[in-house]
Amino acid sequence: MIAVLKHELRLYFHSLTAYVFGAFLLAFVGIGAVLYNIQAAVSNFEFVLDFGKLIFVVIVPILTMRVISEERKQKTDQLLYSLPISTTQVIVGKYLSLLIVYMIPLCLISLYPMIFSRFGDVYLLTSYGSILAFFIMGSALIAVGIFISSLTDNQGFAAGIGIAVILLNYYSVSLSEYVSSTAMGSVIAMSVIIILLGLVIRHLTKNTNLAYGISFILILGIMAVYLIDMNKFEGLLPRIMSTLSLFDRFDAFVNGVFDMTAIMYYLTVIAFFLFLSVQSLEKRRYN
Amino acid sequence: MILVEHLTKCYGDYTAINDLSFEIKESQVYGFLGVNGAGKTTTLNIMTGCLSATEGRVTIGGYDIFEEPKKAKKLIGYLPEHPPLYMNESPLEYLRFVGEAKGLRGGDLNHQVDQVIQKTKLDDVKNKSISSLSKGYKQRVGIAQALLGNPKVIILDEPTVGLDPIQIVEIRDLIKELGKTHTVIFSSHILSEVQAICDRVLIIDKGKLIAFDEPENLEKLLLAPNEIIITTDAGEEEIREILAQVDHIIETGVEDREGEYVRAYIKTDLDNIYEISRAVFSAFASRGKVLLEMTLKKANLEDVFIELTENSDHGVENKERTSTINKSESEVAAK
Repeated sequence: MIAVLKHELRLYFHSLTAYVFGAFLLAFVGIGAVLYNIQAAVSNFEFVLDFGKLIFVVIVPILTMRVISEERKQKTDQLLYSLPISTTQVIVGKYLSLLIVYMIPLCLISLYPMIFSRFGDVYLLTSYGSILAFFIMGSALIAVGIFISSLTDNQGFAAGIGIAVILLNYYSVSLSEYVSSTAMGSVIAMSVIIILLGLVIRHLTKNTNLAYGISFILILGIMAVYLIDMNKFEGLLPRIMSTLSLFDRFDAFVNGVFDMTAIMYYLTVIAFFLFLSVQSLEKRRYN
Repeated sequence: MILVEHLTKCYGDYTAINDLSFEIKESQVYGFLGVNGAGKTTTLNIMTGCLSATEGRVTIGGYDIFEEPKKAKKLIGYLPEHPPLYMNESPLEYLRFVGEAKGLRGGDLNHQVDQVIQKTKLDDVKNKSISSLSKGYKQRVGIAQALLGNPKVIILDEPTVGLDPIQIVEIRDLIKELGKTHTVIFSSHILSEVQAICDRVLIIDKGKLIAFDEPENLEKLLLAPNEIIITTDAGEEEIREILAQVDHIIETGVEDREGEYVRAYIKTDLDNIYEISRAVFSAFASRGKVLLEMTLKKANLEDVFIELTENSDHGVENKERTSTINKSESEVAAK
């Protein structure tokens, strides 16, 4: 695992990726700090992070796009399979190296509240609380990015899908106000989601019957629940959309609350997507 | 060392490997022959844990590759068909990574990396970027990677493909050298190469093992009936007359004429081909005719290969053939 971690770090700093990631993050948070803390003379650093989180839409896919897809394209994944290390070690090693790349600019950013506090009252506790939450939220997005990269052997495709997914996640709360909140609308939307899930399952397992079977059973289940109690579906879709949003949960930290549920949610997302990435890599051996 | 039992691999409806079983013993060079698409790479990928099998098992040094992958993989070094190299690293950085991943640390790591660099003659390029190296050097970096950790078995998938003749000779020499201290398995579809460096040959076709023997024994398969080709200044009629005096000749015939010289073939049922060539020689000499050339026609591995793969559709013939292999082996042993 350590070997993979060191190797990945070297690759990131050999190429421009790590520098581009760091530069974008620092530039965006820097602009935020100038706007809020210096020009508007607000003493809350968490507002800056709230502004800066939008940049994740671009920089997380840039960072994670090549992490597994490039291994496939260059056929170096064969080396990883034949080495005496497990797939989990490979994924965790890669993930930790990305966290280190992410932490370097964040360390610089965490100096800002200290600097500002020399010139006025800064709420250091909420500032550092939200920096920690910012780190964990970014880590969750990186885990999602790794999984997307593991689905394809084309970096550009991985980046495109990554941007789309994170952007959708970013706007899912605002979008949820516009989607249908009637029971019927929710049922239709759920069915579409289930069919998409079926397609993903088919892509991963190459087993058409399994994919159809699961989709069919889930849709039947939804129909049954709909017939028994229609009200359950009232407003379900908007609720799901705002619950799944990673960005929305960051608002609690901005408002000065250290929300343990949000932290747990982020950690769950990390574990879930790393697990999926391991499965995705492992699956390559089975087709 | 390696035991492959009833290995089967299906891709959907397509069966790439069909009930393959063989055993690889220590310290020999094994050649793995087959036409493109015969299942060579698939077999090697399964043996090294890069691919799962549909059925059957592979044990390496007693460890099952699927159940105890870490212990099994420590015993093998693998060079896949495309050398798995990180293009923007230098060979030194790359080899250090592979060494660390194989569990080497500190002084041991430095020592082994230096050693494989020397063995594969990478000293001049070890700090250059891998992307700038020639194909031959890239192949060597790939082999160096397989040697790290001093594995007992080294598996090379088509190591000489795409190299120029000089590089091919260098890689072959390296394989021969490695064969003295390791078990080496390498796949190829170039027959002369296998003939030149292998102690034993496995031939697979359409996912089935159709022959597993020493190259010499495989050649013997095609030697009967023995054949001699002569070039002489005697006329066709004369040749027939002269050869009529010699026993054990089944068939003779003229191949072609070049001016006053005639080329003819002689087939015999005698096992000892030198005895018949001696008789032929004295028969011509007693008539005052000159034999300008006499060649003993030996089948080479290529003929064996073509014949075996062409016949592999007929399962029955196949079994007969394997039994002839065994027979010829026992005959050799008896002699």
